[in-house]
Amino acid sequence: MNAEVTTIKTAAETALAQTFALVRETLPGSDTVAAQRDAAFDVFAKEGLPHRRVEEWKYTDLRALMRDAKPLANPPDAAAKARAKTAGAMLGDVEARRMVFVDGAFVAELSDLANLDEGLTFRSLADALTDNDPALGAHLGKLAPGSDVAVALNTALMGDGAVIRVAAGSTIERPLHLLFVASEKPAATFVRSLVVAEQGSRAMLIESHEGPPGTDYQVNAAFELFVGDQAHVDHVKIIGEGADALHVSTLAAAIGARARFNSFTFTAGGAVVRNQLFLKFDGEGTVAGIRGATLIKGRQHADTTLIANHIARDCQSREVFKAVLDDEAHAVFQGRIIVRPHAQKTDAKMMTQALLLSDRAEAYNKPELEIFADDVQCGHGATSGALDDDLKFYLMARGIPAAEAEALLIQAFLGEAIEGIEHAGLREALMESVAAWLKARG
Amino acid sequence: MALLEVKNLHVEIDGKEILKGLDLTVSAGEVHAIMGPNGSGKSTLAYVLAGKADYVPTAGEVLFNGKNIFDMAPDERAAAGLFLAFQYPLEIPGVATMTFLRTALNAQRKKRGEAELSTPEFIKKVRDTAGKLSIDQDMLRRAVNVGFSGGEKKRNEILQMALLEPRLAVLDETDSGLDIDALKIVAEGVNRLRGPGRSFVVITHYQRLLNYIVPDVVHVLSHGRIVKTGGKQLALELEARGYAEYQEEVLA
Repeated sequence: MNAEVTTIKTAAETALAQTFALVRETLPGSDTVAAQRDAAFDVFAKEGLPHRRVEEWKYTDLRALMRDAKPLANPPDAAAKARAKTAGAMLGDVEARRMVFVDGAFVAELSDLANLDEGLTFRSLADALTDNDPALGAHLGKLAPGSDVAVALNTALMGDGAVIRVAAGSTIERPLHLLFVASEKPAATFVRSLVVAEQGSRAMLIESHEGPPGTDYQVNAAFELFVGDQAHVDHVKIIGEGADALHVSTLAAAIGARARFNSFTFTAGGAVVRNQLFLKFDGEGTVAGIRGATLIKGRQHADTTLIANHIARDCQSREVFKAVLDDEAHAVFQGRIIVRPHAQKTDAKMMTQALLLSDRAEAYNKPELEIFADDVQCGHGATSGALDDDLKFYLMARGIPAAEAEALLIQAFLGEAIEGIEHAGLREALMESVAAWLKARG
Repeated sequence: MALLEVKNLHVEIDGKEILKGLDLTVSAGEVHAIMGPNGSGKSTLAYVLAGKADYVPTAGEVLFNGKNIFDMAPDERAAAGLFLAFQYPLEIPGVATMTFLRTALNAQRKKRGEAELSTPEFIKKVRDTAGKLSIDQDMLRRAVNVGFSGGEKKRNEILQMALLEPRLAVLDETDSGLDIDALKIVAEGVNRLRGPGRSFVVITHYQRLLNYIVPDVVHVLSHGRIVKTGGKQLALELEARGYAEYQEEVLA
């Protein structure tokens, strides 16, 4: 029997279809890109928004959480650009080369394009699509999994983003900061970035997302990252969206041989956040640290979904994700380590921990291992619980007041993940953000 | 006026009465030893003085410097000058020892209306004190008690005591798990702090520690009450004869 289920189109699904029909002809890109967009949109048209009966989205029912789909953001006006000048405070004093995107569009006059380091090439995706940059053909859409509906929507509607190349053997001293700022309009942005760090290169990429509270804007950001053999790349994502925003973002990375790769996601903002990491270890002998810290309160919902796919042998990966939840916040961590048959001697360990500060907060931790090789060292652990009363008492017995004792313990808990960031200034900036969050908690 | 007055103190844990009418008076500058068999309520006394939750006083009172301590949160008691050296000091991963010491010291000073110590003042104070306790600088850089040996943890407790300069220090089986060298270091640390303004309650199972920290008064605690009080020679008698007679006294 063939029980064909007709999906009832929600308001958001209908609006997305209308948006695509409306802008399809005007979106930038060659015929090849247009075909990519059509194919991606078909994935969405067939599947609809992911919902709780789709295993990967079980705990983040996007169909239910996304009540409507906002219209595509217009290019930013002068006022929106002016507001963006004060953005990026979460990075503190970190000295970085800033590339600014307002409402999903690259704003050259706010960006630091002067004296680019030798070996660094930067373009906006809109420009690259418009003049059919050959770099796109080789890389765009090659990493992002086409079956994922969030990525499919991004591919269908991507408007702008960063296209970065770090030439073989070159070292980019200053971190490159892609700053995505939403203005006050309840609009949707689909940004797509593509980074190719060639063999033996060294770069640090910071991707931050922020916007005002009180506006239910929507962000769908995708980041494709190629890490060449012996390259050393750090990727840091800061999700500091406004309190009412919906944020779905994806990092899809392929990491070459004997490379070093670190990824860190700091999630503090947004009403609904889905952070996806799809990592492929393609070359042998690579060392990777994949970490994250989430701090949420109120009715925030933050989902981290990670797939670390070990294809080549002799790689080491460490995954550490920590979440602190207050009030009625919900945190989700789904982490899967896959070890393919040829990935012998893989050393992969994943730990996920949730700290619940309220009886009404909920944490869903789902670590998984799929191992097809027989000579590996893999492990995972998951914990969730409240603050340790005995530790709190020990601190209080030394004269530290209750709130300060809790703050110390929470900072220590998150610190274990944040310490994995190699950049000292950024580590400090994030610990400052944690301290500010704790102070606001009172 | 006595520094610490415990009057007819009854304490329950999970509905079970552990202290059953304990009386104890400690004057300024005195060192009192409390000895007793396992399960007699020694650690319960230590915890209830420090203010651990789940240790519920059901009758009696405890006055510290004339104030009812049950009106005070644990941090307020500490700032008022009460210190507990834990029998099992806790490990706090991720909190550097220096941060911990500094936060504690400044929190107490703030509560007492004193100025916070400057960083150089603080570091000098810690280094000087740590040196006297044979605590090396590397330990101070590590997370609180993480990876410390049993002896190092106990010395760290004494370091905290020396920095916080309490008016009353309760030492809960500080000798347990210490070899003789560590015991001497700890005892010297305590003796250096002895003085007319500071009192100690030394809780121990064995007389050995009292060879090094010589008490003014020795109490025997059994079944939740002080059943005998004497001078320092009482500790030697206990060492020779054991606790059996005191346990029987209560049962009889």
